[in-house]
Amino acid sequence: MSNYSYLYWIPLLPLATFLVLGMFGRKYLSPISGMLGTLSLAGSTLISLFAANQYFFVDGKMNGVYQKITAFRFTWLTFSPNVSIDMSVIVDPISVMMLVVVTFVSLMVHVFSLGYMKGEKRFATYYAFLSLFTFSMLGLVLAGNIFQIYIFWELVGVSSFLLIGFYFEKPSAVAASKKAFIVTRFADLGFLIGILILAFYGKTLDIGVLVERLTSVQSPEYLGIAGAGFLGISVLSWGLSLVFIGGAGKSAMFPLHIWLPDAMEGPTPVSALIHAATMVVAGVYLVARLFPIFSMDVSVMHLITYVGVFSALFAAIIACTQTDIKRVLAYSTMSQIGYMMFALGISHQTGESGLGYMASMFHLFTHAFFKSLLFLGAGAVIHLVHSNDMKDMGGLRKWMPITHMAFLVGCLAISGIPPFAGFFSKEEILTAAFHNSPFVYGIALFTAGLTAFYMFRLYFSIFWKKEASHAYTHGEGTLTMKIPLVILTILAAGAGLLPFSRWVTADGISMETHTDLLFSAIPVSFTALAILLAMYWYKNENDKPARFASMAGGWYRAAHRKFYVDEIYLFVTGKILFPLVGRPIAWFDKNIVDGCMNLLATLTARFSSLIKRWQSGSVQNYALYFFGGIAALAVLFIYLWK
Amino acid sequence: MNLSLLIIIPLLTALLVLFGRGLKQVRVISLAGALLQLGISVWLLLLYWQTRTSGNNEAMLFVQNHAWFAELGIHYHIGVDGISIAMILLTASVVVAGILVSWNETNMSKEFFFLLLLLSMGAYGFFISLDLFTLFFFLEVAVIPKFLLIGVWGSGKKEYSAMKLALMLMAGSALVFVGMMGVYQQTHSFDIMAIAKMHIPLEVQKIFFPFAFLGFGIFAALFPFHTWVPDGHASAPTAASMFLAGISMKLGGYGCLRVATFLMPDAAHAYSWIIILLATIAIIYGAFATMMQTDLKYINAYSSVSHCGFVILGIGMLTETSINGAVLQMVSHGLMTALFFAAIGMIYTRTHTRMVAQLGGLLKVMPFISTVFVIAGLCSLGLPGFSGFVAEMTVFMGSWQNPNGWYRLATILACASIVVTAVYILRAAGKTIMGPTGETHQQLSDASWNEKLAAGILIVGIVLMGVAPFLINQLIGTGVGTIMQQVGNVITQK
Repeated sequence: MSNYSYLYWIPLLPLATFLVLGMFGRKYLSPISGMLGTLSLAGSTLISLFAANQYFFVDGKMNGVYQKITAFRFTWLTFSPNVSIDMSVIVDPISVMMLVVVTFVSLMVHVFSLGYMKGEKRFATYYAFLSLFTFSMLGLVLAGNIFQIYIFWELVGVSSFLLIGFYFEKPSAVAASKKAFIVTRFADLGFLIGILILAFYGKTLDIGVLVERLTSVQSPEYLGIAGAGFLGISVLSWGLSLVFIGGAGKSAMFPLHIWLPDAMEGPTPVSALIHAATMVVAGVYLVARLFPIFSMDVSVMHLITYVGVFSALFAAIIACTQTDIKRVLAYSTMSQIGYMMFALGISHQTGESGLGYMASMFHLFTHAFFKSLLFLGAGAVIHLVHSNDMKDMGGLRKWMPITHMAFLVGCLAISGIPPFAGFFSKEEILTAAFHNSPFVYGIALFTAGLTAFYMFRLYFSIFWKKEASHAYTHGEGTLTMKIPLVILTILAAGAGLLPFSRWVTADGISMETHTDLLFSAIPVSFTALAILLAMYWYKNENDKPARFASMAGGWYRAAHRKFYVDEIYLFVTGKILFPLVGRPIAWFDKNIVDGCMNLLATLTARFSSLIKRWQSGSVQNYALYFFGGIAALAVLFIYLWK
Repeated sequence: MNLSLLIIIPLLTALLVLFGRGLKQVRVISLAGALLQLGISVWLLLLYWQTRTSGNNEAMLFVQNHAWFAELGIHYHIGVDGISIAMILLTASVVVAGILVSWNETNMSKEFFFLLLLLSMGAYGFFISLDLFTLFFFLEVAVIPKFLLIGVWGSGKKEYSAMKLALMLMAGSALVFVGMMGVYQQTHSFDIMAIAKMHIPLEVQKIFFPFAFLGFGIFAALFPFHTWVPDGHASAPTAASMFLAGISMKLGGYGCLRVATFLMPDAAHAYSWIIILLATIAIIYGAFATMMQTDLKYINAYSSVSHCGFVILGIGMLTETSINGAVLQMVSHGLMTALFFAAIGMIYTRTHTRMVAQLGGLLKVMPFISTVFVIAGLCSLGLPGFSGFVAEMTVFMGSWQNPNGWYRLATILACASIVVTAVYILRAAGKTIMGPTGETHQQLSDASWNEKLAAGILIVGIVLMGVAPFLINQLIGTGVGTIMQQVGNVITQK
């Protein structure tokens, strides 16, 4: 087994870029900052690809099982003798797979941004933030310590905050960045408490040791955590659910998804990288990373399944009604992550029953390519049209043929049309669902149809429908924008053909999957019908969608308003938390606590001015007190003596 | 190394300042003295570390003990452990930064710098004292300058604030004095290390522990005695705010630990539920109160109440990790809040307002100051990579080790405050730093060299602690170990 410790260079290169560009970029390096960031990331990508080759094809396997290797460990902060935060590099199928995905998509986005962000005043800052994000995400992926995950978890959160708020003069961008940070922070609170619980009972923060202890039914740690209960639920379930809440927040699962659509205020390449391909799948990755422990607890697995499947459906319905193209894509991201989530929820640890896990990771892998492709395509469109609203678009296929093809491939891939990438991964998820729960399968199938419908609604509205009303001054954008589109198009078309199940499985043992024509017939024909419907409604200008919308009435309005979840949050914060908790506390502090202190001061002053008179300085008064005192003492003395 | 240097240098610098002519001389003298002190503090750290690694396991190093009032048992007794060194380094950094941001203080500059240096001398003396009386003496030295700094150089309702602060801190001192006398009456000694080895009966501890703890607690903004903090900070000039929050409040936390808890550990166990209750209230209550503030200085002052609650919480939980966290939080909060006040001061001198509603889009006109502001904010909300994260997480991990179910609830509530913190920090930053720039603020200048240097020193501390926490953790650990021998581990006791 070769030494993988060189892997720490993968996150360190972007970190170095961040530091250099952050400190000197704005003043000295602005013109070359893009090239600098791209080159250093290209280095990371090459190392990742090299490592992936080494791991998957040369020496990762031992006795037919992919090994889990801790390639590097460094004690960063010791809490108590056994419990410490270690900065580590862990090598196993999912971490290597994620390394490739993150560095590769990030590289594509770096290249694309060279053209897209050209002329931006804060060009260097933009690349600094991108590097910071890439560093944090890679640190998260490589983490072998649960607290290390939390650290990088927070760092990706702040990078996301900085990039969403990149156009800081726009109030809507500022509001969106705050919302994203605070909502995910709220979810992270669950994660943090979950860590406290797991670490206390597991007596370690190291994921490997934790998994070992909490998955063997006889270990004292497992007996302790599964035996203890709170409110009738075992502490293990509490801990895992809380960790899952953290993951759900980052991965925009219902009801913590409200930040994701607003996050589209950031530059579009950022949305492609952070809010489509990498950061938002961190929640899925977290569950996968702790999967052996999760699979010990059936109730939490059910929670994951139902949250995932509900989010998938919920987001798909909303996506059908939105007109901002980035928001449609955002909801579709949420929906696809719902697929990954419930696929994990229905999976088991070993053998054939671990299909869900494999499928989830596979979908994560293919989704990263076709979704970043779709976002970059949308970016190219927005670059041309200077608007996010599909009402301002139409007939663009003549203006941007490459983007058109790229977008079409992306739509076919996400809809699950063979032989494009999404077909294979979604197929595995549906198979796993079918064997596990007909109910989940039904919803997943229906959602697949919705997906195809809203994606092609988007496609036809942008590239067909009406003729382009005005002539655009420039074409598709620079070469640096076209190259990533082409590369990602190839991947979105072909990544599904990779024998993914041989590499990434729950137990590290390769699995053979086969495409069953009979099984595929139903979902594929269903999606094809949905595409035809979208074509019928949106290929040419007509009033059929509007008529249907008015027929659906309240349902349509509710979906269009995103089922009022934002309003519920606003109500809770604006009408309850601020006026009923914050304001009374501020009032209490100003009037009661401070008032008591002032009262005390006033009383002291009064009292002193009262007794001040006794020290008048006039001898007659003192004589009076003196003789009065003697008289009083005399009376007392006589009285006591008796 | 002669520890008395730590007192002599600020004193000499302060006296030299009195002979200085004009602002230019005065500020150079002050800065030179403060830098010398910072250098000596770093040297002390290195020496301390060298001595420790060469196998010296004495609880206190570099000890000096001279009789002062022999007949009363009062000694000039000084020495340092890891905790004191951390506090000394904090003080030295904040002093340098504070002097740098007051670079253009033209109003009675001689007196201003004199008082700043005098205050710092009090703090240094306090942190190295091993004799209760000496410690109390330096505590008082550090109080009086604050009153003058706010009353003379302050703004707004400064007389009221100065009076309030001085009276409340004096009340705190009086309580400390009672507690100290109680200990003295029982042990006939002022020697902290000697008293620690004697056993004070639980009944006596139970009477005098509250005096000592509450007294120091007032300094550390213990709820409900925190009301001097917002007004005091808001009225104080920038450097005084930095000193107040960065150094002065730490005197309280250090006293709670070194005097109250260390000398009367049984009572600390007995009363831990009250301490934790008050700390938890301070954390949550301070955070929510911050959310409703509209003045940047009030925002930072109330958030200090919340953050200092973590110090008290860590001490109250009485596990080794939590006390470690409390000390880390003291250092972290000292650096972070000084940086925050420095940034607010820089903004105020340019825009002449501290009201959040009147500010906006400063990032465009003053990128450096805005970045400093954001860094302070991110540290405050506990972002990894900055000191706040390390300190808070250590407090949380340590608190969770205490198996009492109610204390766990307190820990969860304390954790919940990180969300509220994020809300108020992002609201403040979103409004002042981001958004459209105000018409009248388009032509403002960015930080000058002295301001950059001041912020730089504090940021280096914050980042160093946040990126390499193992260094300071080891340093503090040596001191906390001594305290834990006394307190005992709460888990093994159960």
